[in-house]
Amino acid sequence: MIGGLFVYNHKGEVLICRLFRDDLTRDAVNAFRVNVIHARQQIQVRSPVNLIGRVSFVHRKTDGVWLVAASRKDANAAAMVEVLRRIAITMHSYFGKLTEEAIRSNFVLIYELLDELIDFGYPQLTDPSVLKTYIMQSGVKAVTQEEQKQITSQVTGQISWRREGIKYRRNELFIDVVEHVNLLMSAQGQVLSAHVAGRVLMKSFLSGMPECKLGINDKLSLRDGTRTAVGSGVGGGLDDGKPTRVSVAIDDLQFDQCVRLGKFETEHAISFIPPDGSCELMKYRTTSDIKLPFRVIPLVREVSKSKMEIKVVLKADFKPNLIGQKIEVRIPVPPHTSGVSVICMKGKAKYKSGENAIVWKMKRLAGGKEVQCSAEVDLLTFGNVANRKWNRPPVSINFEVPFAPSGFKVRYLKVFESKLNYSDHDVIKWVRYMGRSGIYETRC
Amino acid sequence: MTDSKYFTTTKKGEIFELKTELNSDKKEKKREAVKKVIASMTVGKDVSALFPDVINCMQTDNVELKKLVYLYLMNYAKSQPDMAIMAVNTFVKDCEDPNPLIRALAVRTMGCIRVEKITEYLCEPLRKCMKDEDPYVRKTAAVCVAKLYDMNPQLVEEQGFVELLNDLLSDANPMVVANAVAALSEINESKPLIEVNSQMVNKLLTALNECTEWGQVFILDALSGYTPKDEREAQNICERISPRLAHANAAVVLSTVKVLMKLIEMLPADSDFIASLTKKLAPPMVTLLSAEPEIQYVALRNINLIVQKRPDILKQEMKVFFVKYNDPIYVKMEKLDVMIRLAQQSNIAQVLSELKEYATEVDVDFVRKSVRAIGRCAIKVEQSAERCVATLLELIQTKVNYVVQEAVVVIKDIFRKYPNRYESIISTLCENLDTLDEPEARASMIWIIGEYAERIDNADELLESFVDGFHDENTQVQLQLLTSVVKLFLKRPTDTQQLVQRVLSLATQDSDNPDLRDRGYIYWRLLSADPAAAKEVVLAEKPLISEETDLLEPSLLDQLVCHIGSLASVYHKPPSSFVDNTKAPLRQLQPNAAALATNGSSTGMDMDSAPGLIGVPSVGGAAGGAVPSQDTLIADLLQLDMNPMGGVAAPAAPAAAHVAAPGGGLDDLLGLGGGPSYGAAPAADPMAAWGMAPAAAAPAPSGGGLNDLFGLGGPGSPSLGGMLGGGGQQGYQTPKALWLDAATHKGLQVEGAMVRKNGAIYMEMAITNKAMQPLSDFAIQFNKNSFGLVPAQPLHIAAPVFPNQTTQVSLQLATNGPVQKMEPLANVQIAMKNNVDVFYFATIVPMLVYFAEDGLMEKRDFLELWKEIPEANEQQFTIANVRNLSADDICAKLQANNVFTVARRSVDGQELLYHSIKYTNKIVVLSELKISAASQSLTLSLKSRHQTALVSLEEVYQKIFDN
Repeated sequence: MIGGLFVYNHKGEVLICRLFRDDLTRDAVNAFRVNVIHARQQIQVRSPVNLIGRVSFVHRKTDGVWLVAASRKDANAAAMVEVLRRIAITMHSYFGKLTEEAIRSNFVLIYELLDELIDFGYPQLTDPSVLKTYIMQSGVKAVTQEEQKQITSQVTGQISWRREGIKYRRNELFIDVVEHVNLLMSAQGQVLSAHVAGRVLMKSFLSGMPECKLGINDKLSLRDGTRTAVGSGVGGGLDDGKPTRVSVAIDDLQFDQCVRLGKFETEHAISFIPPDGSCELMKYRTTSDIKLPFRVIPLVREVSKSKMEIKVVLKADFKPNLIGQKIEVRIPVPPHTSGVSVICMKGKAKYKSGENAIVWKMKRLAGGKEVQCSAEVDLLTFGNVANRKWNRPPVSINFEVPFAPSGFKVRYLKVFESKLNYSDHDVIKWVRYMGRSGIYETRC
Repeated sequence: MTDSKYFTTTKKGEIFELKTELNSDKKEKKREAVKKVIASMTVGKDVSALFPDVINCMQTDNVELKKLVYLYLMNYAKSQPDMAIMAVNTFVKDCEDPNPLIRALAVRTMGCIRVEKITEYLCEPLRKCMKDEDPYVRKTAAVCVAKLYDMNPQLVEEQGFVELLNDLLSDANPMVVANAVAALSEINESKPLIEVNSQMVNKLLTALNECTEWGQVFILDALSGYTPKDEREAQNICERISPRLAHANAAVVLSTVKVLMKLIEMLPADSDFIASLTKKLAPPMVTLLSAEPEIQYVALRNINLIVQKRPDILKQEMKVFFVKYNDPIYVKMEKLDVMIRLAQQSNIAQVLSELKEYATEVDVDFVRKSVRAIGRCAIKVEQSAERCVATLLELIQTKVNYVVQEAVVVIKDIFRKYPNRYESIISTLCENLDTLDEPEARASMIWIIGEYAERIDNADELLESFVDGFHDENTQVQLQLLTSVVKLFLKRPTDTQQLVQRVLSLATQDSDNPDLRDRGYIYWRLLSADPAAAKEVVLAEKPLISEETDLLEPSLLDQLVCHIGSLASVYHKPPSSFVDNTKAPLRQLQPNAAALATNGSSTGMDMDSAPGLIGVPSVGGAAGGAVPSQDTLIADLLQLDMNPMGGVAAPAAPAAAHVAAPGGGLDDLLGLGGGPSYGAAPAADPMAAWGMAPAAAAPAPSGGGLNDLFGLGGPGSPSLGGMLGGGGQQGYQTPKALWLDAATHKGLQVEGAMVRKNGAIYMEMAITNKAMQPLSDFAIQFNKNSFGLVPAQPLHIAAPVFPNQTTQVSLQLATNGPVQKMEPLANVQIAMKNNVDVFYFATIVPMLVYFAEDGLMEKRDFLELWKEIPEANEQQFTIANVRNLSADDICAKLQANNVFTVARRSVDGQELLYHSIKYTNKIVVLSELKISAASQSLTLSLKSRHQTALVSLEEVYQKIFDN
């Protein structure tokens, strides 16, 4: 149970203060400001959960705005963190950004929203698309009684995320599979940890209340066969443990609220009634058999106290007919760098002194290619910075590739709508795969 | 158009201006004005003066305006209760509005107006809304019941709202069910009104699949309080909730983990079901680590618990806890903790190379922790010790100051664990002697020198260099230096005699630290009396240090596992340590205490046993009220407020400076200062208190509190009123009650009872150790109480209580302590200390232990007194004579409990018995018992000069008769 919710600007001035419970007073508002925002040594306040006096504060800070939830009870901390995130998302969705200016300009709306989001400290509705059905930015629309009833039954109902009676002339459906590849590689080229965090984003323009079913090439086994293969996956017959690119071993799955979790558990079928418009249908994580799109080989040689040589080789490790885009390699240099001369085979490389890094950018790079960038770094040999040890941050890279590095595939997506007369064949479906860099680092 | 302009008005006549605007005829202007008021309220300005004007705007069709007015009302209704009544009509009307959103708004706001007077008017509309046809209104009404309960629990019970809530559990709408569960759980927390049964659980499990994510959290949290009947039911619940592990909301996932962790305990440990369930648990937790940092932090704190409870769940997942360069520092620190817990032989190589990497990072705290972690790996995985030591040596070569210091500290532990293996590196350590400037590192280095004095050729020179600056060192270093020099002397007595004498005199004569002086004297006497014995004591074989450090107590761990996902699991503290459960703390006692304290001497050690009851105006119906929960007690004693660190540090005397916070609280408990302010209390003369400390007491690290305890608990003359009545027959004795629960008190469990035997009061305790370490250094102290009950001698427990052992103790008590009237009368607040911590509890002492043995009165005196006491002071009760005791039986029974028969007579078939009681504080109570042959019950009349003395005496009689 949340006792109160506060929003401060970066100076610690209160922008929003809403107390849900009697056991909190405005003293708590000040306590947080004094002990956390104005803490003389920021170093002391190192965690997002703090106990001050007998009041617990959970906070998150974005764009100079502090969002704080406070409680005097042994409340659910995970829920408090999650609620703050939802509040941030809701505000974003209502007025685009979460800045001091935006909050001051919309404070009446925010109070109104908070009333719906949280009642007596219990989170209620945190889905902006639902909230938008009855809380508008420009006052309340005059609605008929029928419509009011529909709103209330929708926001509290079983399928709160979709209203009845949606009609489209063309039934269309877009699926984006977006994967973030995370890698930590040692300087010797050994993979320390790698995982793919994938998301299936769906944008649907479908009439009525369509029942959808998604098929994916999951190996239907978490690790070593805890889940026995139900139904006939593509990977059936191959479950003697030999991984193939035909199926992927998914470590963990998370679904949007519209997916029937019980059905997934028993039949291993992903079935749902999608919200109108876009939604994040599922998230998944894989760790085995990841096709790492790029390989970075850094070579750092400290020639002398005043000179350093860096060479970075970048290999594109995918099919030659595919093209990687928006490639950016960030090569760190010491803070006491005085000058850098860079030569690269492809793209542009620049030394950015403010970021203590050489940034090497390429718009496109085809698969199978290998490119190289070398730099000579001059170092200052006097002053404070020079004496401090430099701990070589890792080389990181950003990219975009047009395939799913985990091997994840959508096998089918079927749409059933029994009441309206359109069938699965009439729906136009689009699927797109995209691999992006998460935290993709190689130590040097 | 934006609303930000409302924040900018700062003119002087602002309030007046707003007033006119609020009363304006133009709707638009009115709305603007209300917005300005809300803006002022937000920044903390007091706009309560505008209450009537804002309330006037309430009757409007504009929903936005209505919401704003309601918001204002919620904030200020409490300060203007009379005015708030004006709003009631509008609420009642709004609850009938055709628009369900308005109805819900009214019901929601109603509950937030915390004015006692209003609550009654709200029952009817609320009842109607709970049966509203619209689910949105019903779900809001369900929460409103919780609001009402928070304000007026009695009303909620009387009006049958709990039953209505229970009905809502069967509602067709899942969100209504979820909110009803949330409200019921909260009500049940303070008073169990509805029992969670398997039927209800079934309903909840059905609703779980359909309701919103937050509803799922409420339901799962409610389920965690339910204990299934048998294995099958437990397994069934597991199966039905485990799909929730795939939910995108972290709170749902963690709440599911909580319920599963609890249910796993109920299932047979080696079943296949458990194996498959534990496999399912790992992936969702790992996934939480790719969420945003705040969630990662909460998840990691919980994973730390889970790893301790069930290490196999995550044993394969070491890699995901590797620290990323961009992780926020709080995530890094937590990951490091989990890594060490998961370290084992199979993965130690990887862990070590990671740790080495971290030891070169920038953040000082993180680097230190990494270095320490390397040491912990060495101790935990024996095979890796060699590599760890090598790594530490490499790190020492970096000469980074804090890395070296940290490394020295952990190397000391490695020496402890593997003696005679790595001593070859001592020379390297000695090279870095000069760079050590932190107490812990210096102390560690000194320990190493002392321990291996025979192998370090210049050990005497090295130690001597430390001794030169003896007085500038921290206590920790001084103590270590003292011990090490003595060790050196015992190993090389020929050339170090001078050094040891110098140190001993420094410690005993020039130091004002009692710990140091005590230790110095002990060594000195040992050395002068019997050097051989000294050798055996000082150079004794040391016990092995445990492999796992920082493990939580098993009982605390079990408790925390039941709170996964909550704040308690983030702090790793039991909820009772940071939550006030009772709403109104004991504040009202304060003035009373202060008043009494001024009567007594400043130390509060007033030996005069003048009846404390007289000094206090009698409180009507004082029997009410329960024993204050332990937490309010502590909170009260420590006078905690928002800024605990500032408040407690008041004692200025340097020697007392390291008396920790609990010690400060103790002072108050002892009645040293009498009043709530600390200023005067400990400043009295700390040295005096120290001086009284028994020399033999082992200097515990937090010795402050201990010595205070001893100092004050000194043997007073136990008032053994008279040994007349005591003898063969034992009186009624209360059974032992649980005073301290192991789960919440670091493994210390105390059950006890106050009894009177042989003319004295005894406190009989069974002390059970459920912690992992032996408990020792027990001491006890009583707060001032109604009868001046204090220990007659210090609590003496000869041997430490070892884990899972129970010791029976009987402590004699006296009634000559400081007196202060307590509420309830027989309540006594007690502080108990051991080598771990100080614990507080309160207990109701059975009144009859205060009945003195010299209570028999002369008939004549009795008669005179009976007449003298006014009728108003007489109380009559009816007591059931269940056992059908005869008059003789009754007299015998009462006699055994020091209730003395003065006279008996028979009138009209009724037997009349006259008894007298004398409390230890010399207050006399007279009683008359009527026994009629016809009826089963007895009529008891009690008389005393002091009405308070009669409180709950009839219960005492009843107990005696029933026994």
